[in-house]
Amino acid sequence: MSVDAATVRRIAHLARIAVKDEEVPHLQGELNAILAFVEQLSEVDVGGVEPMTSVTPMVMKKRHDVVNDGEIADVVVANAPATEDHYFLVPKVVE
Amino acid sequence: MNAPVQPSMLIKGATGDWEVVIGLEIHAQVTSKSKLFSGASTEFGGDPNAHVSLVDAAMPGMLPVINEECVAQAVRTGLGLKAQINLRSVFDRKNYFYPDLPQGYQISQYKSPIVGEGTVVVDLPDQDSFTVGIERLHLEQDAGKLLHDQHPTMTFVDLNRSGVALMEIVSKPDMRSADQARAYVTKLRTILRYLGTCDGDMEKGSLRADVNVSVRRPGAPFGTRCEIKNVNSIRFMGQAIDYEARRQIGILEDGGVIEQETRQFDAVKGETRAMRSKEEAHDYRYFPDPDLLPLELTQAYVDALKAHLPELPDEKKARFIRDFALKSEDAGVLVSERESADFYEAVLGQLADKARDGKLAANWVINELFGRLNKEGGAIATSPVSATQLAAIVDLIGDGTISGKIAKDLFEIVWTEGGDPRAVVETRGMKQVTDLGAIEKVVDDIIAANPDKAEQAKAKPAMVGWFIGQVMKSSGGKANPQTVNDLLKTKLGL
Amino acid sequence: MTDLTSLSLAEARQGLKAKAFTALELTDAHIFAVEKARALNAFVLETAEEARMMAQAADLRIARGEGGPLAGIPLGIKDLFATKGVRTTACSRILENFVPPYESTVTARLWHDGAVMLGKLNNDEFAMGSSNETSAFGPVVNPWRREGSDAKLVPGGSSGGSAAAVAAHLCLGATGTDTGGSIRQPAAFTGIVGMKPTYGRCSRWGIVAFASSLDQAGPFARTVRDTAILLRSMAGHDAKDTTSVDRPVPDYEAAVGQSIKGMKIGIPKEYRIDGMPAEIERLWRQGGEWLKAAGAELVEVSLPHTKYALPAYYIVAPAEASSNLARYDGVRYGARVPGRDIIEMYENTRARGFGPEVRRRIMIGTYVLSAGYYDAYYLRAQKVRTLIKRDFEECFARGVNAILTPATPSAAFGIGEKGGADPIEMYLNDIFTVTVNMAGLPGLAVPAGKDGQGLPLGLQLIGRPFDEEGLFSLGEVIEQAAGRFTPAQWW
Ligand SMILES: [Mg+2]
Ligand SMILES: [Zn+2]
Repeated sequence: MSVDAATVRRIAHLARIAVKDEEVPHLQGELNAILAFVEQLSEVDVGGVEPMTSVTPMVMKKRHDVVNDGEIADVVVANAPATEDHYFLVPKVVE
Repeated sequence: MNAPVQPSMLIKGATGDWEVVIGLEIHAQVTSKSKLFSGASTEFGGDPNAHVSLVDAAMPGMLPVINEECVAQAVRTGLGLKAQINLRSVFDRKNYFYPDLPQGYQISQYKSPIVGEGTVVVDLPDQDSFTVGIERLHLEQDAGKLLHDQHPTMTFVDLNRSGVALMEIVSKPDMRSADQARAYVTKLRTILRYLGTCDGDMEKGSLRADVNVSVRRPGAPFGTRCEIKNVNSIRFMGQAIDYEARRQIGILEDGGVIEQETRQFDAVKGETRAMRSKEEAHDYRYFPDPDLLPLELTQAYVDALKAHLPELPDEKKARFIRDFALKSEDAGVLVSERESADFYEAVLGQLADKARDGKLAANWVINELFGRLNKEGGAIATSPVSATQLAAIVDLIGDGTISGKIAKDLFEIVWTEGGDPRAVVETRGMKQVTDLGAIEKVVDDIIAANPDKAEQAKAKPAMVGWFIGQVMKSSGGKANPQTVNDLLKTKLGL
Repeated sequence: MTDLTSLSLAEARQGLKAKAFTALELTDAHIFAVEKARALNAFVLETAEEARMMAQAADLRIARGEGGPLAGIPLGIKDLFATKGVRTTACSRILENFVPPYESTVTARLWHDGAVMLGKLNNDEFAMGSSNETSAFGPVVNPWRREGSDAKLVPGGSSGGSAAAVAAHLCLGATGTDTGGSIRQPAAFTGIVGMKPTYGRCSRWGIVAFASSLDQAGPFARTVRDTAILLRSMAGHDAKDTTSVDRPVPDYEAAVGQSIKGMKIGIPKEYRIDGMPAEIERLWRQGGEWLKAAGAELVEVSLPHTKYALPAYYIVAPAEASSNLARYDGVRYGARVPGRDIIEMYENTRARGFGPEVRRRIMIGTYVLSAGYYDAYYLRAQKVRTLIKRDFEECFARGVNAILTPATPSAAFGIGEKGGADPIEMYLNDIFTVTVNMAGLPGLAVPAGKDGQGLPLGLQLIGRPFDEEGLFSLGEVIEQAAGRFTPAQWW
């Protein structure tokens, strides 16, 4: 499989990465090189094979239902580019 | 499964009848102290970003650790919905960018949910009960909250809700009217509240509905559906469905086609409208979350939760009917809210003879207490008459100490002034007179004073009612009506 | 290099215990070395002041007889580990001024045991790379040079700063992370020891995630013993990472010097790839002979799905990365580049914040997970992963204790030499190491010789799950036979 220019743009948008028009052919070439490389997987017979979900088989531990975190709004917003009154600020979102 | 749709549910269009098909996705907030994958509080409200941990804010290198109680709550809910509990389920990532979604993905369950198919039996007044199939229930994270009205050019982001556990309960498209949909949500909410797995508080957003609506000619294949997102009251849901069905019928009758889309209900205008721009098709790129192992449960774990499940409304209703010969409708009223059922059970628990007076108690709870509460806009939790007091009143009626009529006076006194009903009866001399001699004297006096009426009564036995009324009046209502009746019949030679 | 920077970690530990020198003296010697070695660009942040304070605290603890296993040992930390109050960037512009309010579990364990932090080490951006050339701070320079040449070579990657710093004696050890070979490949390129433990052995909490199902932290040091000492402090269960394993941490150092007599060592025929340099082939054979001489038995084994590990990796790792890196959106931390609306803000922030390699991998990952392609790519790759793991399991089930392979298909190459036109050229660096991540196994890279140009070459030992001890025993045998490798100081 290989990607066309429109797909490159669609993927970039899905990944929220701005791509300039002049970058598209180059990206397209790179992505297609990688896709061509991984193409060899299609020759593997994976019939009846379970996909790996966890490489180390074990039971997932769970936490108790206790409140032992939070109440650190100062810390939570300390690294944010834009804040006010402990809110994060983003450009106006239209719903 | 369900009978063909009743003609009364069909919608008349310009070109004939239409059937509306409704399926619901309910997001119910799991009752838990802390979030699904972090130790931050789930408490409603709070200062901005107060109930937020570094995990909830998706700081680099943070990892989710699942809350065991949220898992238990989902299993309990599944059991309450008579559903398949999946001993192995998987958490997936649903990837999309939005400022209320700090990780850039929602942890949800896509291919392997924790709960599979189940059923909810729904009652509607004056109709047969109907069954709504449950497709699945899965656990997922709630998103944060965006405030758009704080600033001219910026949106404010508060992550307090971010990561709170939700159960998404997906129904099959088994509803055929707004009434049915409303009744289903009401019933589901009741079940969740009985289970204690969701408080059902729609004002706080603990229960939100995504409503899938389509229309078709009766018996035809399903039409294209539209999803109305995030409807947060049962009343609005009904309005939204009615509006949306009409809208779709209008389009189809004009020869148009329905476009599958996400819509929003505007409660002010009472209409639905298309939501996000269609240019962006969603591609969520689901894949199993590599930070979490599959969620594996044992049957013993599920069985233990099942053993401790509270009695649910349907079972409770059946028991009330069976044990106390309640009318189905009355039993339905009692179990419709957990608080009502609990109150009735508390009354039952204190009756001297509940086999004898259980039904009487139900009548008193429904007609006198609920009736009064409704009239005055009060809640059961703050009822001025307690279960203990009401049980005492019912006991006094049941054992013949007071008549039903006196009991109403007694109820009024207890409602307004409080006090132990037995003591009130004692101190205010409200006891029913069962002393045969005393009643006989009153009866004799009245017959003697009204010879003409006594003559008439012999020819027209219904006249005895007049005599009963007179006797009761002159005894201040305390004479035992049965005794009075028996005596009058003898004395009047009826 | 002063006397104090020439010591091994174990020797320094002994000297501190014997009060031959203080932790502060040891730290100062390394701070000096770090400052002199800025040409290597190994450190992206030097924390000399904090280091001296930590060293003084260690001296007090040592004086009270309370020094932990690493008391006073100066270390470098890969900039992928969150360090509380100390800038952590993953060497990406998108995190340029991020100061974490938390400490990663692995580094917290090191400080708990008394270690001293000299600073944060350079790496490929978000650990994506095999040469340390994708770092926003520029490439790291390998302290090794080809004989008679002053061409700058890469130290390998992604933990290139860690490898270079340890090889140049700027610190006694360093942390790394290994997703496809990011510890073992740079260790081999710089002539030092690097261990990627079994998946789940070390907590991932507080480490900037690249590919969650493959990432694993591990140590670098100049000797096998030192590496074992560091791993013991780094490893252990963490309730904050449910993929970390709850099993006791053995005394890895005790395994160093243990007899390997009777151990069965697998030599996988599939690792004999076309075009492998003869000197690597020779080194591999030599390594086997050393082990045999120490009493191990060599057996040829087959790992038939080996050749599919790298392509499967280049689906699984980018897929997970595309999702893990979605959180870098300019909202809660890091750089923000404005846009006309929120979507443009995201797109500009991520286009400028991420370098080309990271952008490329996010795009590939996004593509292979997107509607219609998931089954063909991601699902298939995860099935291939099951087969790769099965190959190893069958091998171990036949009594093989460990597997010996070359660590890399070549020695260190020049900066700017590879991957310019074709990203695959760079990806092929990890061809021997990536299988280990796909199967979640432990892998140890040990220096074993030099190539014709005087550059170090390494061998890789692959172990059974949680048998890091076996690898340390075997690695020690190779180290004893091959000796240690120190670059001539030119910086
Ligand atoms: Mg939904
Ligand atoms: Zn949902």
